[in-house]
Amino acid sequence: MASETEVLDYEVEAEEEHEHLPFLHHHFDDISQQRESTTLCMWLFLATEAMMFGGLFFAYSLYRWMYGAAYVVGSKHLNILLGSINTLVLLVSSLTMAMAVYNAATQSAVPDPNVVRRKRRLLVSLLWSTWILGAMFIGIKGVEWTTDYREGLVPAVRWNFYDNPQHVEEDHLAESGVHPDQVKMYFVLYFSMTGLHAIHMIVGLILVGVFIRLSARGQFANGNDQPVEIMGLYWHFVDIIWVFLFPLLYLIGGFTMNRMHL
Amino acid sequence: MSTITPEGAPDQEQIPLNGRAHMPADHYLNSYQGREGHTWKSWLFTLDHKRIAILYLVSVTLMFFLGGFGAMIVRLNLLSPHGAIVEPQTYNRMFSMHGVVMVFFFLVPVIPAVLGNFFIPMMLGAKDLAFPVVNLLSWYLYVIGALVGITAMVAGGVDTGWTFYTPLSTQYAYDNVSLTIVGIFLAGFSSILTGLNFIITIHKMRAPGLTWFRLPLFVWAHYAVSLLQVLATPVLAITLLSLAVERIAHIGIFDPRLGGDPVLMQHMFWFYSHPAVYIMILPGMGVVSEVVACFARRPVFGYKFVAFASIALAVISFLVWGHHMFMTTQSPYASLVFSFLSFVVAIPSAIKVFNWTATLYKGSIRLDTPMLYCLGFIGLFTIGGMTGLHLAATGTDLHLHDTYFVIAHFHYIMVGGQVMAYLAGLHYWWPKMTGRLYPENWGRTAAILLFAGFNLTFFPQFILGYEGMPRRYPVYAPEFQVLNVLSTAGASILALGYLLPFVYLFWSLKNGRIAGPNPWRATGLEWQTPSPPPTFNFDRTPIVKIGPYAYNPEADELADARDDMERARLEYEETRARLAEHEPEREETASGV
Repeated sequence: MASETEVLDYEVEAEEEHEHLPFLHHHFDDISQQRESTTLCMWLFLATEAMMFGGLFFAYSLYRWMYGAAYVVGSKHLNILLGSINTLVLLVSSLTMAMAVYNAATQSAVPDPNVVRRKRRLLVSLLWSTWILGAMFIGIKGVEWTTDYREGLVPAVRWNFYDNPQHVEEDHLAESGVHPDQVKMYFVLYFSMTGLHAIHMIVGLILVGVFIRLSARGQFANGNDQPVEIMGLYWHFVDIIWVFLFPLLYLIGGFTMNRMHL
Repeated sequence: MSTITPEGAPDQEQIPLNGRAHMPADHYLNSYQGREGHTWKSWLFTLDHKRIAILYLVSVTLMFFLGGFGAMIVRLNLLSPHGAIVEPQTYNRMFSMHGVVMVFFFLVPVIPAVLGNFFIPMMLGAKDLAFPVVNLLSWYLYVIGALVGITAMVAGGVDTGWTFYTPLSTQYAYDNVSLTIVGIFLAGFSSILTGLNFIITIHKMRAPGLTWFRLPLFVWAHYAVSLLQVLATPVLAITLLSLAVERIAHIGIFDPRLGGDPVLMQHMFWFYSHPAVYIMILPGMGVVSEVVACFARRPVFGYKFVAFASIALAVISFLVWGHHMFMTTQSPYASLVFSFLSFVVAIPSAIKVFNWTATLYKGSIRLDTPMLYCLGFIGLFTIGGMTGLHLAATGTDLHLHDTYFVIAHFHYIMVGGQVMAYLAGLHYWWPKMTGRLYPENWGRTAAILLFAGFNLTFFPQFILGYEGMPRRYPVYAPEFQVLNVLSTAGASILALGYLLPFVYLFWSLKNGRIAGPNPWRATGLEWQTPSPPPTFNFDRTPIVKIGPYAYNPEADELADARDDMERARLEYEETRARLAEHEPEREETASGV
């Protein structure tokens, strides 16, 4: 009986507390219902994103099965050094994002205003680091794409790489029975997949930018840390897509020193 | 809609008698968040799921008439073997418009976004959907998508059909393909957001005591639909994006010149569009389950089977897309598997049909308008489903592929199924949505007219297809003319049948009888609150202790008796009041004499 009364008291107390939470939407009963709903919604949204990228991965698999040799030829034209650096950059950005999420969740754990202020500043700088790393990724990607453009490896925009018979010779197209157009298909897929990924990165950068402003204002203090977690989920998802893209696009050509393009 | 005014005293106690019931003083139509609810702003920025449902109702209806216009041109043109009224090029654009508008802008959103949006939170005992802002966003995306789509049609339209097969759509088709695709992309995004919202709401917002197996089957059906919307639509999005890129850059992943496979586009397209067929029928099945139970006064037979049949349909529908490609380069072994799975998908559909029939057995059936539509649904859906098996069999499909048989088959499902069910649901819940009853006799007339017109339109097409008339051609062999004229005649009856509800439902907004909270004496949480409901649906969160279809004849009799008593009491009180009013007068007259 005693424990039951305690539970009851706790619930009543909790309810009173909830009425003061400014970020609890009116149609939810309590904050845990709101948190669970929002988290579930984000995971489900990521499932839709996975299905969307899945369409391109499916096309990739089909054509790689059909024109495997051409894929290897195409892959050898990507800069494996820049690709690796970019992978590292993104993975570190995921780390800073994870730290930001942790920091937001714990920022009001200690009721000391000094600690709260320090944690808030830490949160802002972690989000800044994430943003800078994300921007670095886009920058490096831009460098890669510019190089491709200069070499004439961008289908529909500038595709004249194989107009030079020397290039056809160097890539051993004749020996491996690869038609230049099949390599072109590899690049169509390369630009579609990395392009869609880059669009998601840019959306992520805009989100992180907004969150930097909001967290500097203390928006995510006092238990309202969930938006940071949700945004973090999106960021990690975009990173994971890259973790699949990197081996599928860059590494299938095998590793040689001249692929470092040093 | 905003013309509804509260009548009589703002009495909190609702009197459950038709004709004597009062409208509640404050409801979602006339007030919004404690303020005046008639302003444009209160509608266009509303977060109330019921108001958003009404916004969807208006926009979806407009799109229906646009798509219907395309169908009208097509049917009129087929009056003559050489094309009666338009050039072949215009004909192509008209049937493409009909397909695009009806599939993406009408059939997919119609029941989920209108009836689902309105009633899922109410059936769950919730104040709103889990994400009201996302809900409003989904309507705006839909409207913008529809406007972009209409712009493309006004600018000349597309002539690819609604399927956008490559390389026709990427290299040979006339302009506006990309613009149409943008419109569809936006509408698809809107559909994803609706699905997300429903899934989260059904998982997290149920009232206390409302366990999964106490959910109405309407909710189960929408749960299955939402899964499809969420998991299939993104694939359509990426397919259409790739298509648009290929169209604009003249190079892409479906381009045969680069070794690309146009059939890949068909695979990806049908990976969405076959589940989408179930997006377009499952909500209708949900409506039928509700209405059949209510008008047979019996619980739905085999509740769990019907519930799981919805989920089974959702799962299996992901595995059958290849039956659209028996006539392509698809390997015959793959076709065999797809054929088998397409037969398997008939099982859950049949479970539903049998269970509705068993629900009717020994029921106290009332043939009100919603029930007439539902009985129509069961029959037409069965014909549509059975003819689907002819197309699922690889051998017969060889003969029937791309003929009018296919057209007839899927119109029996889409129009005979989904549109019939939508009208059933609209009539069934109209009193709840507006607080007014529609005129019952007109309702029945329209239902019968629709059923007759529909069969006259589409049954001849089965024969035409069997005899070999191909779809999408503006001309045909002269011996097909009789059946084509019959079909067009049926279509004009069908058109009349659609205009009729449009007119009398509009009329009933002002002139219909006041409905009261529960005119059908239906079970279910949505009927436990005034009509029209207040903004937050329930004054107090309901606690659910029983299953969804607690219909039984004894309770009905009791309720009848209670109504009679209430009516007698009211009459008694009115008579007494009148007497009291006239009493002095009578005394005067008496003394005067």
